[in-house]
Amino acid sequence: MLRLLLDSARNLAPILLVVTLFQLVVIRQPVPNLGDLLVGAILVIIGLTFFVRGLEMGLFPLGESMAQAFAAKGSLFWLLLFAFALGFGTTVAEPALIAVAGKAAEVAAEGSVIAEDTASRARYALGLRLTVALSVGFAIVVGVVRILKGWPIQYLIIGGYAGIVIMTVFAPPEIVGIAYDSGGVTTGTVTVPLVTALGVGLASSIKGRNPFTDGFGLIAFASLTPMIFVMAYGMFI
Amino acid sequence: MDLITDLLITGFGTVWDVLPLVVIVVGFQVLVIRQPIANPRRLAIGFAYVVLGLALFLAGLERALFPLGELLATELTDPSIRGASGESGGSVVWSDYYWVYLFAAAIGFTTTIAEPSLIAVAIKAREVSAGAITVWGLRIAVAVGVSIGVAVGAFRIVTGTPLHYFIIAGYVVVIAQTIYAPRSIIPLAYDSGGVTTSTVTVPVVAALGLGLASSVSGRNPVVDGFGLIAFASVFPIMAVLAYAQITKWMRGTSNC
Repeated sequence: MLRLLLDSARNLAPILLVVTLFQLVVIRQPVPNLGDLLVGAILVIIGLTFFVRGLEMGLFPLGESMAQAFAAKGSLFWLLLFAFALGFGTTVAEPALIAVAGKAAEVAAEGSVIAEDTASRARYALGLRLTVALSVGFAIVVGVVRILKGWPIQYLIIGGYAGIVIMTVFAPPEIVGIAYDSGGVTTGTVTVPLVTALGVGLASSIKGRNPFTDGFGLIAFASLTPMIFVMAYGMFI
Repeated sequence: MDLITDLLITGFGTVWDVLPLVVIVVGFQVLVIRQPIANPRRLAIGFAYVVLGLALFLAGLERALFPLGELLATELTDPSIRGASGESGGSVVWSDYYWVYLFAAAIGFTTTIAEPSLIAVAIKAREVSAGAITVWGLRIAVAVGVSIGVAVGAFRIVTGTPLHYFIIAGYVVVIAQTIYAPRSIIPLAYDSGGVTTSTVTVPVVAALGLGLASSVSGRNPVVDGFGLIAFASVFPIMAVLAYAQITKWMRGTSNC
């Protein structure tokens, strides 16, 4: 545990250094609330330590054992349903996404795409959240199918890029920035380890798949499809 | 007392956030898989550690780093603090913002190093690649990518160039690298684009984007403030592919 604590401290040190340096050298003011900074830093270090320990004890084995159980069960339907539920369910409640959807509704109201009142903003934001969550569910399903079939990932991703470029031409300009950002905010801190372990677990329990070359890539799809879906949302609203 | 209330609020928030995941996993485990899990106690403790760790981590960030990071982001974009040439009062030149680019790069790098989901993926990658990928190697490669990405993104907000030119150019580079990079690294590299921007990076980087867009004249914060996250997701892919290419080139072997 001590070694883990030291590791976590090393993770945090660069941020503290940069923030303090800029505060003192560029802004030339003492760091405000030094006490809060220290307490916060200690909390962060303890938190990271528990998180990493928990990954190895809980999330990784959980993802792998579920992958093995699905592979042993041999039912494609249930595996894909689980993949979709995992993508959709964890994204729809993602706090970062809720924040971005709210901002997006502001942009849309300002560009008079939707009415200025609160109700239509809330409707727009909710629609956007559901769109992104659907796209992530779809992405995990596609990613799982890719692992099962052993398709090379690059063709799918390059195809996705082509889709994004084409959509960018047709989508309303205000939505483009939000769409591009939505790809980055979808995958939360607890979802990523579980999904990664699931992918690696699937690839290692299927004959002929290599856990390294085939197991990764689920997150890649989850950050690609929201961009396409959000631009489509912008076009149809 | 204040600290304890903070911790409780963040703790409940974290539990609430992971609730959908727990419901889905437990639901499928009980209804579909219908097989006992090995070591259920250990799994439950591990899961509790993850939630507890994340809650402490977020409470700490909110107390210490987010206010300071956001303050720095807004103050650095304030015209009176920028470089000396910015005080001439005339039209804004992109090079007046050099402190901002430097800060963007530094904050992109450091927040990525501390990103918990990247740590998770790096641990998994080391495990699966039997040590060929090191945890720190991957994390530093991704952090370099994010730092370049956020700095270029800040430059874009200052100059007002349309976002999609940069992103599409980025895709072209990624595709070109994909052709030459060792096959096995490709899925991990693509994954690292999505992993980088999470609990630590997003709030600070978003504050930087909004602050910058509202202080540069002619930029609309709601429209131009977006896009930094997108940069932070494309550049790490390039960085990880480059890391693999360099490693392969240094070893001088064809199979990596």
